[in-house]
Amino acid sequence: MSTDTNQKEVHWNRTRNLMIIHMIIWFIFSYVVHWIAPTLNKISIMHFPLGFYMAAQGSLLAFVIQLFIFSKQQEKIDRECGMAEEQ
Amino acid sequence: MSFFRMQGSFIDNLPKIYGLYTGGFVLFVGLMAIAESAGVKEDTIGLMFVGFTIAIYALIGWLSRTMQLDAYYVAGRQVPTVFNGMATAADWMSGASFVAMAGGIYMGGHPYLAFVVGWTGGYVLVAVLMAPYLRKFGCYTVPDFIGTRYGGNFARLCGVLVLVIASFTYVTAQINATGTIASRALLIPFGVGVWLGLAGILLCSMLGGMRAVTWTQVAQYIVLIIAYLVPVIWMSNKQGFGLIPQLVYGDAVAKIAELEIMHQVGVLKPAEAVAGMSALVNKHNAPPDTFVGSVRFVTLVACMMIGTASLPHILMRYFTTPSVRDARRSVAWSLFFIFLLYFTAPALATFTKLQVLDPGLATSVIGKSVAQVNALEWVQKWSSVGFLKVIDSNGDGIVQINEFFMRGDIVVLATPEIAGLPYVISGLVAAGGMAAAMSTADGLLLAIANALSHDIYYKMIDPKADVKHRLIVARVLLVAIGAAAAAVASLRLTNILGAVAWAFDFAMSGLFFPLVLGIWWKRANKQGAIAGMLVGLGVGTWYLYMVKWGGMKPWIGIDDLRFGIIGAGASLIAMVVVTLMTPPPDKATQDMVDEIRIPKGETVLGSTH
Repeated sequence: MSTDTNQKEVHWNRTRNLMIIHMIIWFIFSYVVHWIAPTLNKISIMHFPLGFYMAAQGSLLAFVIQLFIFSKQQEKIDRECGMAEEQ
Repeated sequence: MSFFRMQGSFIDNLPKIYGLYTGGFVLFVGLMAIAESAGVKEDTIGLMFVGFTIAIYALIGWLSRTMQLDAYYVAGRQVPTVFNGMATAADWMSGASFVAMAGGIYMGGHPYLAFVVGWTGGYVLVAVLMAPYLRKFGCYTVPDFIGTRYGGNFARLCGVLVLVIASFTYVTAQINATGTIASRALLIPFGVGVWLGLAGILLCSMLGGMRAVTWTQVAQYIVLIIAYLVPVIWMSNKQGFGLIPQLVYGDAVAKIAELEIMHQVGVLKPAEAVAGMSALVNKHNAPPDTFVGSVRFVTLVACMMIGTASLPHILMRYFTTPSVRDARRSVAWSLFFIFLLYFTAPALATFTKLQVLDPGLATSVIGKSVAQVNALEWVQKWSSVGFLKVIDSNGDGIVQINEFFMRGDIVVLATPEIAGLPYVISGLVAAGGMAAAMSTADGLLLAIANALSHDIYYKMIDPKADVKHRLIVARVLLVAIGAAAAAVASLRLTNILGAVAWAFDFAMSGLFFPLVLGIWWKRANKQGAIAGMLVGLGVGTWYLYMVKWGGMKPWIGIDDLRFGIIGAGASLIAMVVVTLMTPPPDKATQDMVDEIRIPKGETVLGSTH
């Protein structure tokens, strides 16, 4: 029983840390890059001004990639802590 | 047993079934192209497109009819990740995304891209904070979670209240959009189009509930994404931008910046206002460079994201996956399918703008003589339906940037004609817009009707009701709410996008913190959640009223589109303060929270409850 409770605690701590990491990444691509868009526009990527690119495409792409990675990472945590579902 | 075998084989055969469906649809488009070259009239082609696709959705709806509770409420919890992703994408992308977004970027430039960022990044919140935990909980509706986690009918009722206000605001805009498209394609009055659109929506959802909505939404996604991408890719090929135009329009952005100086965009202001239309006054690539401008950008992003993670018709899609792991994966797939449209919209806006502004292109409008422009076929056609107007205010006989007025929607709807593509593509676009608006309306109506039938009727009024009664009540409510929404929609109270943004603000004001803290803060209790929902909704609504009608000056640029910031802020404070002032929830509730935090094991609520 106590090891099970222990496992649950480890699992939740790791889950929470993963959440915090992904919220930080989300915050950067949602707000920070757009707040500094005028500065980023001085840089050019694939002929796009970077500030415009991030709002039109870059942040979106980051979110998609982030979610596939997040789902892999969380599955790993669930598996290693013995909390994964039986498939 | 044979029933289950059939079910299993249906799920296994999904790729084949939808592959055939996609092939059939492409074949239909080909047939229409042949019909067009054989001289069939344009009106007939438009009618065929809208009529044929609605007939297919209705057929799927009829085939998915059910009298089982978990099939009706959560599609039997067996929707595979990728298909649930497509269904969510259709559920999500409304008439506003399909019809209005590219036009908004065309008119508004960089600041409008806040919608593009906000309507995608919200899924990060859904995946990380919400969906897997709500799936583990095993609820049928979002208020079902509120009611069970916090306990008591009053908390449940508050959840239903927020859900109904947010979703109803949203659904009237969608039915309005179906009415607009149906009236144009079928050549009937708008009022009739609204009711016809509603009939189509109900055919998809009434008999089979969530199961029927799921399989029609997958079909609708396929139609809408083909309809959005084909014209853009075709057009960009004609202009020499290649097969993946989304990646190579950087030079077009630079070119537009030069043309804007030449045409004096932002310098010349329209001499008069034209109702519902605007002339281009915003530069394409002009990011906010003032403090208030930046605040407006990030607050709009925040409202759309947090609203996404609070909208019940989206959250309930993740109740339908077979497992918690699948719910999480499915959010990633949803965002991928949404991304395909959203990263195309800015490209479309850029190409269309280039065609209108660049005097080197045959399609250009600005700088030509008024007589020349009025002679263009697409200008004549869209002027006649009130989407476009040329007013030579300075009387020099030349169309300046501030003399060319249009409605934003035209960017998507008229692209095929501006670029000189065959009419069959316009028919395809009409079918795509219809699919987008119908699929969202379906999801929203079902979210409202399910909350009323499950949370109000079954949980509060008649807990002893048998399955048959529950499903009949659910259907009657669906029709009644649909009729109410259509009645409101036919009044045409506000433009499509205004109401859509409000739905997000209402949802985040009342639901975001009670949902998130219900999962992530074990201490959160009933009193706090009730305070969070009511104070959030109340303060948000007060702020909306004050800035929109009450004559109050918006605080640091937070206008009526962004009132959720104020509402959700008040909700968070109220919820935390009241929770800490009242006793913590009992042991059973705390154990329940522990239970939803781990994927393995049975759901908290049984498979039928």
